[in-house]
Amino acid sequence: MTTAQIEPTAALAELRDSKADRVTIVLLSGDLDKAMAAFIIATGAAAMGMRVTVFFTFWGLNTIRKKGASSSASDWLRRMFGFLNKGGADTLPLSRFHFWGLGTKMMQVVMKQNRMPGVPELMQMALDLDVRFIACTTTMGLMGITKDTLIDGIDQFAGVTTYLAEAKQGSVNLFI
Amino acid sequence: MIQADVKLDTLGYFCPMPIILTSKKIKELTMGQVLEVVSDDEGIKKDMPAWCETTGHEMVGLEEEQSSSKRIYKAFVKKAK
Repeated sequence: MTTAQIEPTAALAELRDSKADRVTIVLLSGDLDKAMAAFIIATGAAAMGMRVTVFFTFWGLNTIRKKGASSSASDWLRRMFGFLNKGGADTLPLSRFHFWGLGTKMMQVVMKQNRMPGVPELMQMALDLDVRFIACTTTMGLMGITKDTLIDGIDQFAGVTTYLAEAKQGSVNLFI
Repeated sequence: MIQADVKLDTLGYFCPMPIILTSKKIKELTMGQVLEVVSDDEGIKKDMPAWCETTGHEMVGLEEEQSSSKRIYKAFVKKAK
């Protein structure tokens, strides 16, 4: 057994950092359109010099899961859930007009024709702009989503208190 | 090693339970006493400092204990108000 001391001051310094206006977005949905809205706002705000934090919870976690990754949860129920609920930023369905994939495919074609970035591209842009991604540990546990099945760059795991402390200082707080 | 006056076991609980239990427990302490919160939810690493920052209690330390299959976190909070 090993014990390591963690400096809580690092987490505090981030909170006390008085840089610019703060934006927090809770992404609960795992739909293509809603994820796009979230990342468009996130990248837009980051480009405006605001400090942006996106909290991923429930279906929103699907956007930051590796494509095709299932689950390495310890019990079979959660493994099963992780298997049935597939993730991946480019596999998100539209919230309406999905039509068993046809509607979503059509939307993706139209987006490409209009040179609109899709969710994976927007997400990468957000990461490049230093938007902070935080994954909710509670729903990760519930849905059998394990750290190793999340994309690279997700290094923050927290809960409601971290969100509220951040949102308290935010001038724009959105729940999508 | 930080000495705690009171220990709170929240093993097996997910957020927000460790924080809710902490907020209840801290009321039983007197000023200056240290509460040790034991949790296996990784979120506590960020949540407890954030809770302290918001409530005005003092975050004295955080320990991560790794044994064969489990990872346990110990957060030390000093009652400051």
